[in-house]
Amino acid sequence: MAHALEKIVNHFHQPRPAKLAAHKASNPKYELYHPKWYRQRYPIFWWLEKLAYRKFIARELTSVAVGYVAVMLILQVWVLSTGEQAYERFVQYLRSPAVLFFHGVVLLFLLFHSVTWLNLAPKALVLHVGRKRVPDAGVLAGHYAAWLVATALLVWFLVGS
Amino acid sequence: MEGDGMVESITMQVRRYRPEEEEEPVWQSFEVPRHDEWMVLDGLNYIKDQLDGSLSYRWACRMGVCGSCGMLVNGEPVLTCATYLSRLGPDPVRIEPLKGFPVIRDLVGDIQDFIDKLQSVKPWIIREEDKPISEGEYLQTPEQLAEYEQYSMCINCMLCYSACPIYALEPDFIGPAAIAIAQRYNLDSRDEGSEERMDVLSQHKGIWCCTFVGECSVVCPKNVDPAGAIQRYKVKATAEWFKSWLMPWKKL
Repeated sequence: MAHALEKIVNHFHQPRPAKLAAHKASNPKYELYHPKWYRQRYPIFWWLEKLAYRKFIARELTSVAVGYVAVMLILQVWVLSTGEQAYERFVQYLRSPAVLFFHGVVLLFLLFHSVTWLNLAPKALVLHVGRKRVPDAGVLAGHYAAWLVATALLVWFLVGS
Repeated sequence: MEGDGMVESITMQVRRYRPEEEEEPVWQSFEVPRHDEWMVLDGLNYIKDQLDGSLSYRWACRMGVCGSCGMLVNGEPVLTCATYLSRLGPDPVRIEPLKGFPVIRDLVGDIQDFIDKLQSVKPWIIREEDKPISEGEYLQTPEQLAEYEQYSMCINCMLCYSACPIYALEPDFIGPAAIAIAQRYNLDSRDEGSEERMDVLSQHKGIWCCTFVGECSVVCPKNVDPAGAIQRYKVKATAEWFKSWLMPWKKL
C-alpha cells in the first residue's frame, strides 16, 4: 500500500523534464506537452482559387483605371494652361486610334470598378429615417441616383455649353 | 440501392495528419453508406465508429449552434452538421481542417489565436458605473436590440477566418468574427466601452487590415455579416478621427 502511494506521489512530484524524458524514452516519436503543428503555406496565387477571390482582385486592380483617369484630367488642364497649340497637339494625340482603343478599355475597367464599388455601399452605410433603418436597396438606389445626376450634370455642362 | 440488400456508398476523402507518423498531411479514402438524411458529420462519425477510431475532429451539438464542427468540405468552409453529404457531388467528398489555423491532428486545428483575439476586443458589456440592483434592469427598445442583434448570432465557428485570405496572409489581423462581436457590444445601448475597444479595433491589425474580400459574410452560417460590421466600423473610425481633430474636447 505504502509502495503504491509512494509511486503515485512520485508520479505527480516528478519534475517535468524528467517526466518528459521518461515518456520520450518509451516512445521517441511522441511529444507529450508540445504538439507538432502542421502549418500550411498559403499559396501566392490564392486569388485564383475561387471566382469570388478573382472578382475581388478585379475590383481592386481596376482602381488603377480610376487613378489613370484622374491623372489624365490633371494633365489635360495643365496642357491647356501651356497654350492653344500644345492643347491641339494633345487632343490630336487623344484622337489617335491606339489611344481611343486604350481609353475604351479604361472606360470598361472604370465602369466595372464603379459598379462593384457602389454595390458595396450598403455594407458600410447604415442610415435611419426616423426610427426605421433604410433597407440596402434604398442605400443602393440613392448611390446610383447620385451617380446618374452627376453624369447628367457633366453631360449638360459639356454638351450644353 | 436500399431495399435489394445493397447500400449505395459515398467516398469520403479525409485529410489525415498524425504528427507521430507523418511530416505532412495525407489523404485517406473511406467508403460510407449513402443516406439522404446524413450530414457530413454523420459520415465522419460512421468512419470513427466503424472504420477507423483514430480519426480526430471536433463536434458537439449536431444542430448548428455550438460552432465546433467547421471544416473545409470540397474546399468550402462549412458546418459539417448542417451540410447534407448526399447532396455533395461528384464523389469523392473531400474533408480538410479549416484553413488559416495550424493543424494539431487530422481535422483539429489550434484555435488559441482566435480565442486571444476575441478576448482582446473585450466582448462583454462595459459600464463606467453599474447602477444598483434596486434600480432594476437596463431597459432596451426593440429598435435598440435590432441595432446589434444580427452580430449577437455569432457562434464562434471560425468559418469566416477560414474564408478570409487576409487572416491567412496577415497573422496579426484580428479577423472577421472578433470585430463583428466587438460591434455587437459597441452597438448595444447598455454598453459604454466603445472607446476602450477602439484602441484595438482602429489599429492596422484591426479594421484597416481588411480589404473587403467579403467571403466571411458569404460563408457565415448565421448571417452575421462580419464584412458589413468591419466596413461600418471603418466609417465610424474615420468620422471619429475627424471629430477628434475638429473637436478635441469631445469624448467619443
